[in-house]
Amino acid sequence: MSAWQESILFAEGVSVSFDGFMAIRNLNLALEPGELRCIIGPNGAGKSTLLDVITGKTRPSAGKVYMHGRSIELTSRSEYEIARLGVGRKFQRPTVFAGHSVFENLELSQAAPKGVFQSLLRKLNAAEREKIDQVLETIGLRDERMRPAGLLSHGQKQWLEIGMLLTQDPKVLLVDEPVAGMTHQEVQHTAELLLRLAGEHSVVVIEHDMDFVRSIARRVTVLHEGSVLAEGSMEDVQRDPRVAEVYLGEAA
Amino acid sequence: MQERAFAKRELYGMAACFAVLGVLVPLLHVLLPSASALHVPSYIIQLLGKFACLALASLALDLIWGFAGVLSLGQGVFFALGGYCMGMYLMRSIGREGVYRSELPDFMVFLDWKELPWYWLGFDQLWFALAMALIVPGLLAFGFGFLAFRSRIRGVYFSIITQAMTFAMMLLFFRNETGFGGNNGLTDFKRMLGFSLHEDGTKLALYVISIAALLGSYAACRALVSSKFGRVLRAVRDHESKVMFCGYNPRDYKLFAWTVAAVLSGLAGALYVPQVGIINPSEMEPSASIEMAIWVAVGGRGTLIGPLLGATLVNAAKSWLTASFPDAWLYVLALLFVLVTLLLPDGVWGLARRIGARASVRSSRTPSVIAEAPAPIEPTEGEA
Repeated sequence: MSAWQESILFAEGVSVSFDGFMAIRNLNLALEPGELRCIIGPNGAGKSTLLDVITGKTRPSAGKVYMHGRSIELTSRSEYEIARLGVGRKFQRPTVFAGHSVFENLELSQAAPKGVFQSLLRKLNAAEREKIDQVLETIGLRDERMRPAGLLSHGQKQWLEIGMLLTQDPKVLLVDEPVAGMTHQEVQHTAELLLRLAGEHSVVVIEHDMDFVRSIARRVTVLHEGSVLAEGSMEDVQRDPRVAEVYLGEAA
Repeated sequence: MQERAFAKRELYGMAACFAVLGVLVPLLHVLLPSASALHVPSYIIQLLGKFACLALASLALDLIWGFAGVLSLGQGVFFALGGYCMGMYLMRSIGREGVYRSELPDFMVFLDWKELPWYWLGFDQLWFALAMALIVPGLLAFGFGFLAFRSRIRGVYFSIITQAMTFAMMLLFFRNETGFGGNNGLTDFKRMLGFSLHEDGTKLALYVISIAALLGSYAACRALVSSKFGRVLRAVRDHESKVMFCGYNPRDYKLFAWTVAAVLSGLAGALYVPQVGIINPSEMEPSASIEMAIWVAVGGRGTLIGPLLGATLVNAAKSWLTASFPDAWLYVLALLFVLVTLLLPDGVWGLARRIGARASVRSSRTPSVIAEAPAPIEPTEGEA
């Protein structure tokens, strides 16, 4: 496991308790810059709770989450501050602004000053416009740019949301079950997108679909009952008898 | 492209409306002899001036409800505070012509007060009163909103505490000791800047100023909602948590819109009071604020034009019904609200727009989309 000093995201001894139920217990996780990490685990293993902690939605009862080694602490900050620091999140269900056009969705997520007065006065500059056009190309929604996002198909909404993360340009990208409910073709397209994203961004993917994980994973973390059960390459993890017992055995 | 065409048509329509109200109506009033069929009589001018102020209050509520998704049922407080500030100026400019021939307003003499309370100082100047009519509601809204939005109070909970706020303020203003005339409020105004309030000319001037204020506020709101700020605000309305994950602080956006809405309501109140000649705590009754929400709902939330239309339609109906069938008015109002909520979720203006869209589709045979999807009343994620 890489040293935490070089990590882009570092969770140290994180515990979350909901009225006594330990959703996460003493969890440690370090993410290298540019890494694509898959987190798997049975239902209730604490995967989504972990994302909630990283993005500031849930406060841990113990432990801390840092960015850039230990230089920036996230756990004391609010959701929007964490987002500004470069943590992006894609939800399980596609969440886009249904009443806004595809273009406006990308504009809203775009990395830019986000205070009230800046929003009142600023106009998109040429570079920002170009970036949005590029992203529209990447996610294949160029012809839909003026359509209200609510009228897109399920798969298109998923891509739009990924596109929003592209314009947001986060350092760390958290993706919650990206291929749930997608057709085979859409799954492939999504896998390509995520692989392209890794490298420039650090990506954490939570997924149930083992075929999909196999197709993209380089490094896999297995969660079980709120802590890390195993970590390593897909092969290593699959060979681990404990993992087979709690998860892969039933899934395979 | 269809959207653009719509926006343009709406803009032309508004420009025409304001040209008629701001220029043609005053000209018809002044130039034509009162015998002429086209002459606009003074009482119509007065009525329209009143409607313009109510439409402005309605516009303000739409900014915060229709665009930020924050339903304020306490907008009457800001309206009344603006009105009271103007009322204080009008009381002071009565001078020694009151019943008691005193320098002090009559109700203070009646209460046996010997001198003006400190918070009445400065209100003998119109500019000061006008500034206060904007600043006081703005400050109250800022403080209230800061606390409420920071505590992430949303949805019906927010609406309920705004009702509590207006009720508390009403009780406060009912007290004689508060120093604003108790339940009688402020009335018997005589003049403004030396012009008698009973003169036709003064009434016409107040009407024109009200129309101008409405036009200016409409233009300002339009600029607000069509800037990126407006897009973020609508995003807060539709999906607040997602907005946070995009790096915006929804609290600041709501607070800004909420404060602007309060300031506009204060302006509306300040212009309303000299035209109706009285301000009293009944403007702060919880039902008064709820009525404003009905104007917006009837006209169409989240459309800017809708609330102007709604306020005018409902108040025209009110003027007519309370004169002809006084007992029926509240039933009609309630029925109207129920029907609009059930059948016209985006109001009269939404209906007109949909009809317009369908007509233009039929004529051009190209697919089109409605410019703005109707706003969900509750946040989508069940986070209220």
